[in-house]
Amino acid sequence: MALLSVRDLRVEFATSGGVVTAVDGASFDVGAGETVALLGESGSGKSVTAQAVMGIVPKPAGRIPSGSISYDSKDLLAPGVAKGLRGREIAMVFQDPLSSLNPVFRVGAQIGEMFRRHRGASRREARAAALDLMKRVGIPAASKRLDDYPHQFSGGMRQRVMIAMALALSPRLLIADEPTTALDVTVQAQIMDLLTRLQAEEGMSLVLITHDLGVVAGVADRVILMYAGRVVETGPLREVYEHSGHPYTSGLMASIPALEGPRDRLVPIQGSPPDLLDLPSGCSFRPRCQYADEQCAEVEPVLRQLPDRASTHQAACHHPEGVLTDVH
Amino acid sequence: MSTESPLLSVRDLQTSFPMRSPVLRRTVGQIQAVAGVSFDIPAGGTLGLVGESGSGKSTVARTIIGLEKARSGSIVFDGDELTSLPKASMRRVRRQLQMIFQDPYASLNPRATVEQIIAEAWQIHPDVVPRNRHRAEVRDLLERVGLNPDHAERYPHQFSGGQRQRIGIARALALRPKLVICDEAVSALDVSVQAQVINLLDDLRRDLGLAYLFIAHDLSVVRHISDRVAVMYLGRIVETASQDELFTRPLHPYTQALLSAVPDPKPWDKPAREQIIIGGDVPSPADPPSGCGFRTRCWKAEETCAHDVPELTTRLELHPAACHFATELAGAAR
Repeated sequence: MALLSVRDLRVEFATSGGVVTAVDGASFDVGAGETVALLGESGSGKSVTAQAVMGIVPKPAGRIPSGSISYDSKDLLAPGVAKGLRGREIAMVFQDPLSSLNPVFRVGAQIGEMFRRHRGASRREARAAALDLMKRVGIPAASKRLDDYPHQFSGGMRQRVMIAMALALSPRLLIADEPTTALDVTVQAQIMDLLTRLQAEEGMSLVLITHDLGVVAGVADRVILMYAGRVVETGPLREVYEHSGHPYTSGLMASIPALEGPRDRLVPIQGSPPDLLDLPSGCSFRPRCQYADEQCAEVEPVLRQLPDRASTHQAACHHPEGVLTDVH
Repeated sequence: MSTESPLLSVRDLQTSFPMRSPVLRRTVGQIQAVAGVSFDIPAGGTLGLVGESGSGKSTVARTIIGLEKARSGSIVFDGDELTSLPKASMRRVRRQLQMIFQDPYASLNPRATVEQIIAEAWQIHPDVVPRNRHRAEVRDLLERVGLNPDHAERYPHQFSGGQRQRIGIARALALRPKLVICDEAVSALDVSVQAQVINLLDDLRRDLGLAYLFIAHDLSVVRHISDRVAVMYLGRIVETASQDELFTRPLHPYTQALLSAVPDPKPWDKPAREQIIIGGDVPSPADPPSGCGFRTRCWKAEETCAHDVPELTTRLELHPAACHFATELAGAAR
C-alpha cells in the first residue's frame, strides 16, 4: 500500500478575478522509500498540491472542496491530523531558505528547537543533536557555525540547514519544493547529491517538486506531470521521458536545448501557459496542441494506460498514438 | 575571423564598488566585481558570457552600457571609446547599443501602453522614426516579435511573462541597434516559453544582422545561441573559445565542473561520464582568495595556485584558459 495517497484532490483559491481551481482532480500515490518527481511549469498546481498534503494551503483564500489525502491510512484532510504529523512524519524543504529561517535566531538553536519542542530534549542535548545534523548535511566547520545567524550562510549552506531541520525527526516522507531553483548550478549539483544520499540512508520517501525536467532525471523513480491543475502524465521516469504519451510532455522535452550533439532549432510549445481564470473547455492543453480536434474541446481526457506501454504509464490525452509515433 | 575591427572591443575592464564601513562611515576598501576582462564581439556575432552569481557577468554588461563606471580599461564600440565619451555623444552611441533584462515584469512601465513603451525611445531619437510613422512602426515591431499588432493599446499586466519579454525585445529593437545585450533574458521564463524566445532571438539575429552579448547562467541555452563563449569566475574570464571547442574540449577545471553539473534530461543516452561535484561556494568578491580565484574549490590546486594568478593564455595551440594545468586537463576533458 502506498504511504501517501492523493485522490481527486481539488484546491480552489478565491481571487479578485474569481475562483481559481489551482488543483483540479489530481490523483497519485507515493510508495514507501520511493522518489517521485512532481513536475510542471508555473501555475500547474504542483506546489499547491504539496501545500495540501502538508495542510498549509493559505486560508481563508484557499479551500479544499473535494478529494482525499491519506498518509499511512490516516486522513490528512481531517482537522488537526496534518498538523500532528508535520515535522515528525512529513517534512518539507522550500525554494527560498532565507525566508523560511528565522533571521534573529542562531542556526544551531533553530535546528535544536525541533528536538526541544517535539522530543523534550534539554538545551544541551538539542545542541548536540543539531551539531550532528549539520555535519550530516555537509556543513563545513559545523561546530563553529552553530552560533551563526542565517544571513551568515550562503544560499547553498542555508538550504543544507533547511534540510537538516527537515530531517531532524527522521520523517518518512520529505517533500522538497524547488529545492535548488534559487541556487547556482554547481551548488545545485551538491544539494541534489545530498538529497539522494540522505534518501537512501534514511529509506524515506522523497517528493521532488520542480519545473526542471533535467534535475530529477537519474534521481527520481517515477514522475507525475501536471498542467493547469491536472495530472496529464505519470509513469516511470525514463519511460515517460523517452516515450512521452502526452503532447505537453513531449513538447517540454523538445524545448530543452541540448548540451551536446547538433544545435538544431528548438521546437517550442506554441502559445502561452493557461490562464486559470479562463480555461478552455475539455482538455486544457488543447489551444497549444497540434493534435487537438473536436473531441478534445468536448471531453476532458482522463488518465489511461498508453497503447503498448507499461500499465504504470498513463497519460490524459485523446490522441496518445499520434504523440508516441511522431516523437519517437 | 575577419580582419575588420570588431563591433565591440573590451580590454582589461575593471569595475569595482566601494565597500563602506557603517561604523567608520567611510570607504574601507573596494570590491573588485570585474577584475580585468577582455573580449571582442564582431558585427553580427554572439558572445555567450557564462558564470554563476557573483562572477561579475552582469556588472560587465552594466559597465558597457554606462550604468556603472569603469575603474580602468577600455570599451570600444563601433569606433567610440565609451569609458571617456562625453554624455552628449553617449546618447548617440546608446541608440546602437540596447539591453534586454531578466525580469520582464520589473522592466516595463505598468502605467504605459505597449505602444507608449516602444515609441518612447523615438522621442529621444526623433530621427529614427518620424512621428506620423510611430503607430505603423510599433505594429511592425510587434509582429516581428510574434505579438498581435492589435494589442498595441494594452498594458503590460495583460500579457503573460513570455509575451512581456517579447515587448522588452520589441523596445530594444525600436532604435535599430547593432548590439543587444541580453542579461539573463530567458532565465525567468518557463521552459516551453523560453524555447520560443530563444528561437525569436535567433531569427532576429539572422534577419537584422544583430550582434548579441548573451549573459546567462544556463549553459545549454548559451551553447544553443552563441558563436563564442567566455566563462567568468570571480570577476575574471577563466576560459574562452568557440562554442564548439568550449563544450567539447573544456580546459579549465571550473568549466569542466560547470558542464558536469548541468542537469541532463536523458543521462542514459550518454556513455557514463564521471560527474564532477565541486564543494563549497563562490568566494565573496570582497575577500577573494590569493592567486587563482578558483583554487579553493579546485581538485587540481597546488602550491603555485595560491601565489600566481594564472594568465588567460593559449597553451599548446588550444584555446585560452586561465589555469596552470590547462594542458594537463586537456587530455582528461570529458
